[in-house]
Amino acid sequence: MDFSYTPEEETFRDELKQWLTMHMKELPEWYGRRDIAGPDVDSQEYHDFSVWWHRKLYDAGFVGITWPKEYGGRGGTIMEQVIFYEEIARHRAPGLSNAHGIGWCGPAILAHGSEEQKKRYLPKILSAEEIWCTFYSEPEAGSDMANVQTRAVDGGDHWVVNGQKVWSSGAHVADWGVLLVRTDPEVRKHRGISYLFLDMKTPGITVSPLRNITGTAEFNEAFFDNVRIPRDQVIGEVNMGWYVAAGALEFERSSAGTAIARENSVKGIIRLAKEMGHNGDPMVRQKLAQLYVETMVLKYMALRGLTHELREGRPGPQGAVSSVFSMEFNQRLQDLAMEIQGPYSRLVRGSKHAVDHGRWQHDFLRSRGNTIETGTSEIKRNIIAQRVLGLPRQ
Amino acid sequence: MDFDLGEEQVMLKTSARDFLDKECPKKLVRDMMDDDKGYSPELWRQMADLGWHGLAFPEEYDGVGSSFLDLTVLLEEMGRALVPGPFVSTVVYAGRTILAAGNEEQKQRFLPAIAGGETIMTMALLESSGDLEPSGIAVTASPSGQDFVINGTKLFVPDAHIADHLICVARTKDGTGEDGISLFLVDAKSEGLRVEVLSTMTGEKLCEVTFSGVTVPGSNLLGKLNGGWPVVRNLLDEAIVGECAWMMGGARWALETSVDYAKEREQFGVPIGTFQAIQHKLANVAVEVEGATSIVYYAAWAIDENDPGKTLAASVAKTWCSDTYKHATFEGIQVHGGIGFTWDHDMHLYFKRAKSSQVAFGDADYHRERIAQLLDV
Repeated sequence: MDFSYTPEEETFRDELKQWLTMHMKELPEWYGRRDIAGPDVDSQEYHDFSVWWHRKLYDAGFVGITWPKEYGGRGGTIMEQVIFYEEIARHRAPGLSNAHGIGWCGPAILAHGSEEQKKRYLPKILSAEEIWCTFYSEPEAGSDMANVQTRAVDGGDHWVVNGQKVWSSGAHVADWGVLLVRTDPEVRKHRGISYLFLDMKTPGITVSPLRNITGTAEFNEAFFDNVRIPRDQVIGEVNMGWYVAAGALEFERSSAGTAIARENSVKGIIRLAKEMGHNGDPMVRQKLAQLYVETMVLKYMALRGLTHELREGRPGPQGAVSSVFSMEFNQRLQDLAMEIQGPYSRLVRGSKHAVDHGRWQHDFLRSRGNTIETGTSEIKRNIIAQRVLGLPRQ
Repeated sequence: MDFDLGEEQVMLKTSARDFLDKECPKKLVRDMMDDDKGYSPELWRQMADLGWHGLAFPEEYDGVGSSFLDLTVLLEEMGRALVPGPFVSTVVYAGRTILAAGNEEQKQRFLPAIAGGETIMTMALLESSGDLEPSGIAVTASPSGQDFVINGTKLFVPDAHIADHLICVARTKDGTGEDGISLFLVDAKSEGLRVEVLSTMTGEKLCEVTFSGVTVPGSNLLGKLNGGWPVVRNLLDEAIVGECAWMMGGARWALETSVDYAKEREQFGVPIGTFQAIQHKLANVAVEVEGATSIVYYAAWAIDENDPGKTLAASVAKTWCSDTYKHATFEGIQVHGGIGFTWDHDMHLYFKRAKSSQVAFGDADYHRERIAQLLDV
């Protein structure tokens, strides 16, 4: 057991810290301030800010740390990637943009794409010159994701796509999208799905934003009406798309950083409780301490999961376990932050007397999505029960 | 970065499990619940021969020189097997205290004897209030020439009925605070010392120990006069983490046993493990047990490194494990249905232990308040 870092890792950390210290001075005035409200998270201004910061990180070589150099990455180690997430959290710096491109689409191309696809698409995903989104879920394919009904019919040198997708985050600003479609309706449902991608300017796509519970429009529904996609715009083999979509490794690597960010949030709530004079309430003290206990447990679970990946070359069973716990933890945290504010918890962004410009209210509402997005807690518990504990399927 | 057991620790764990599966079956555990001594001298000797008693003592005291984390790994397996007897009392409560606070003569006198399995020891800390803070210490030790005379009653003292020596935590100065508390090594055969075994739910031997003018030579003062509380505080961190390891081992047994049962037991024509009501219950326990493993190893590491965060880590671990062990065994009984409620099934042995460990060295509420204080809430 050894929590130390190698000299090379420490050098990388120092370089990153220096960079952050220097460049965070260029962040807009509202960033990280409690007394000034920033732009709405679904505004063009916020998107532009996010891409601007991302580009700075990219130019400095901090995006795609483990991705190969020939595709625009740094060609670095898993530990450097972990250190990146840790320092971003520690400095309370903004994270990366193009989250779906970097978290889902890019890794799928990296693992299953052709050499030509990798060279063409990966560098611009990393630089955020091209923003990507995912079209996975459908009205009838939520938790039962393999029930995809959007059809792609072979049209010779192209596919003809018809159907409806939903919950596509960022589709309204994306340049490219990946799409799970049914290419063979005759076989068992997991077997007849393909993983296509398309230019968002292709005729026949209609994207309409959906407002979520917070009132902002982060995600969309999309309609595909005889959309023609060039035949070679498929990642991996035709009909094997289910297996391309599965597997995102980033969780393990980012969760150490997430743990630090959540420790920051607990500190933020403790500060809030003191400011509002509730830190003497024994019930509040119990709840705050319990949150701290949970952040610590999450952190060391994440580090054990990371150790498993470093030792074995693949993530361990802790992934699903940490994920369900982490998501539910954030909901408990946000709920408590509201309770501590008492009557002030009712005031939202834009109101006189709203605490921290309504940031907590937004985060509380947004957190309800945590146990639904990336798989519901129920589906994750099924995965733990069946794949980790080996209980029988129905 | 490498945060999990190393190869040698995995070997220690595997060999401990194999040994205890063979030498500490549930029949022995059950027999010892009703046994007057409460332990098997034969198993005691075998464990000492394996080097377990001296695992975390330096080699100059006939120890193995391994880390506290190694001891934690062993305690995890002992908790899984529910090893009956005074191992923790002797090795952790007494042994680690002597190692931390004893003078050279005291270390030479007691540690090799502990490592060799030749002596049984314990610590007399709690009193009638059950309070873990200095305010709970009312037993007095008054100077009398070169000696001290101890008066008062200690409660919930584990294994005192078979101990050769006890470490008694007593007041050597009037007051209720930290200052003025001292530790004494007391020969259990001393005149005026009376031990009465209390009946417990788990069969663990907890005792009332009455000191009626017990005379102890001044050379048996352990650590500084009036400066005993920091020693107790330090020992409590280790005792808590040791208890947590024990609990985590038991919780994992409860989880695995319940999973196995859910795969086999059929109702409505299918294994009950196919039902989501059962799957989600067990998935929740799996999350807690995985978390317990991670936080206990971290807390043990913090003790080895004498990390400034070790007290906080111990409290975090105890909070988490107190809830985890309880949930694992509560759900364990529920998953087993009627069978889980019987005397014959072993689940109740763990369930009862979970309730006793929950309150040992402070329950989750106690530790949450302590965490709040340490975080300056």
